[in-house]
Amino acid sequence: MITARNLSKRFGDKRVLEDLDLEVPRGGFVLVTGPNGSGKTTLLRLCAGLAAPTSGEIEVDASRGAIGFLAHEPLVYGELTALENLDLYGRLYRIPERRERCGAMLERFGLWRERNERAASFSRGMLQRLALCRTFLHEPDLLLLDEPFDGLDAEGAKLLYLELAVRGGRTALVATHNPDSLATRATARLALA
Amino acid sequence: MTGYAADVAALARKDLLLELRSRDTLPAMLLFVVSALVVFHFALPADSSTRAETGLLWIAIVFTALLGLTRAFAAEREQGLLDGLVLAPCDRSAIWLGKTIGVTAFLVLAELVALPAFALFFHAIGWELVAAVALADVGIAAIGTLLAAIAAASRARELLLPLLFLPLAIPVVIGGVGASVATNPASFLGFLGLYDAVFAILSWASFEYVVTE
Amino acid sequence: MSTSLRNSGFALAAAGLLVGGIALALFWAPEDADQGFSQKIFYVHVPIALTAYACFGFGAWKALRLLWTGEARYDLESYTAIHMGVIFGLLTLVTGSIWAKISWGHWWTWGERQLVLFLILFLFYSAYFMLRYSIEAGPRRERNSAVYALFGAALIPVSFLAVRIAGTILHPTIFTHEGANLPGEMLLAFCICLAGVLALAATLYRVELAGKRVDASLRELRELLA
Repeated sequence: MITARNLSKRFGDKRVLEDLDLEVPRGGFVLVTGPNGSGKTTLLRLCAGLAAPTSGEIEVDASRGAIGFLAHEPLVYGELTALENLDLYGRLYRIPERRERCGAMLERFGLWRERNERAASFSRGMLQRLALCRTFLHEPDLLLLDEPFDGLDAEGAKLLYLELAVRGGRTALVATHNPDSLATRATARLALA
Repeated sequence: MTGYAADVAALARKDLLLELRSRDTLPAMLLFVVSALVVFHFALPADSSTRAETGLLWIAIVFTALLGLTRAFAAEREQGLLDGLVLAPCDRSAIWLGKTIGVTAFLVLAELVALPAFALFFHAIGWELVAAVALADVGIAAIGTLLAAIAAASRARELLLPLLFLPLAIPVVIGGVGASVATNPASFLGFLGLYDAVFAILSWASFEYVVTE
Repeated sequence: MSTSLRNSGFALAAAGLLVGGIALALFWAPEDADQGFSQKIFYVHVPIALTAYACFGFGAWKALRLLWTGEARYDLESYTAIHMGVIFGLLTLVTGSIWAKISWGHWWTWGERQLVLFLILFLFYSAYFMLRYSIEAGPRRERNSAVYALFGAALIPVSFLAVRIAGTILHPTIFTHEGANLPGEMLLAFCICLAGVLALAATLYRVELAGKRVDASLRELRELLA
């Protein structure tokens, strides 16, 4: 589903990724590990099409609407409520039965009670839950998750495990500092230096 | 509503809702434009012509628009949100159009206060001026939104936008002032319409390249 | 080697055409009935202005190619062409200013459409440089600069029209809509001068581009060593 050859990315004079080869088959679950600044986030952005490689090639066999991207920032508007945020994305992703779907996602990640509160008033963990709602809202085929457990409490982590287990056949590329938590699901690992 | 129009409507609605909640931009624009008119009154000599006053009105409009435009992508920029919108499967130009509609709305609302205030403080205004302002709003919002997205990607941001914007606004000022004071406003209004068409199409077509790599 | 040979060829052609064109303009073309000798600056001012337009247009074309193909080399080419355009634009302002001083006794006159237009373009393209300096090198900068350069190509005719409908008509119109009303000798001298300035711009463009490329590869080498 993802094929990268000699992938390099530079920001100005700084080399972030260098000659990376990567092959993620359909249904694969790849953990990306490495210290800060090793290019995990950059790799995910390249896969999502948000950044272009400086040299090398990357091919992603998924349309934009089939990608679920969890960034470091939650990518939600602070002045909108949780429900309004999901509703906006629901419209842009043209989700059928949008209202029901948005409600179901909020319930799944334990935010239903807070659905009408502004995202700006959320704690870091609640924002991460809302970001997960957004990521899984449109039933993506390809998951690109950047530190998905960041800020989540035990309950939130459990909900995320559940979500990842719910549907098979999804391809995932997960950047994480603590790979052990997902070791059982991983089909491969990629260590960036 | 289908596809593209629905995307644009959702995005524009979001911007209006954000402004309704935070009240960041519009009150500032209103206060600025009225303050500018008052400052202009004192900057002009007592026996100034109505032409000079009209020219200053256009300066006030351009700078008020600039004030709004520096805030246009504030919500997106602070939280990296543009990535979220760019990733959505809708056409990227819909993001531009939605934002342009929002910016135009704020500009029109500011002028709903500014024009009567101008008529009160200085002299009566004709339909030509109102038509010229309406046409100018479209061009200013169209090109300004694109430039705001460009400036948002740079280090200088608030500093860069006026530099990028003002040279492109000169034709708007020429057309606007011409339509307000000349004896043949039609040709100036026609010019403003042409300006809108050229730069709106160009901005619409090139926005995708500004927000992607 | 062949590049530097070609550059020398361009440079020689530019020098020959310029010297020949200016000699013709000074000694062979008849003096203008109204303006006398001072009209001779026309043979420098107008070719420089047209060359500046050509540079801006060429830069916008390269910008369009960049957006179309995504090949990074067009970025440097577009940037270099606009760089040349700004240099020739400044020369246009200077020569136009001299002409205005001789003809009307003022260094600057807002009635001179060409001058006003070049002032607008000068501001626009200065902002282009500001834009380039405030974005990190990379695809973002390439694309944003290219889009802005395209806006420049649209701004030229739009401003031309704006200045035309706004301005008082003071400038001596040597070309009319029906075509040249220059005597044959004047037209020939003018065309040779134009060809000379264009060749000069092409030479400068090639040398500057080669320099910028060497600079870029040097930086890469230094990084590899580091």
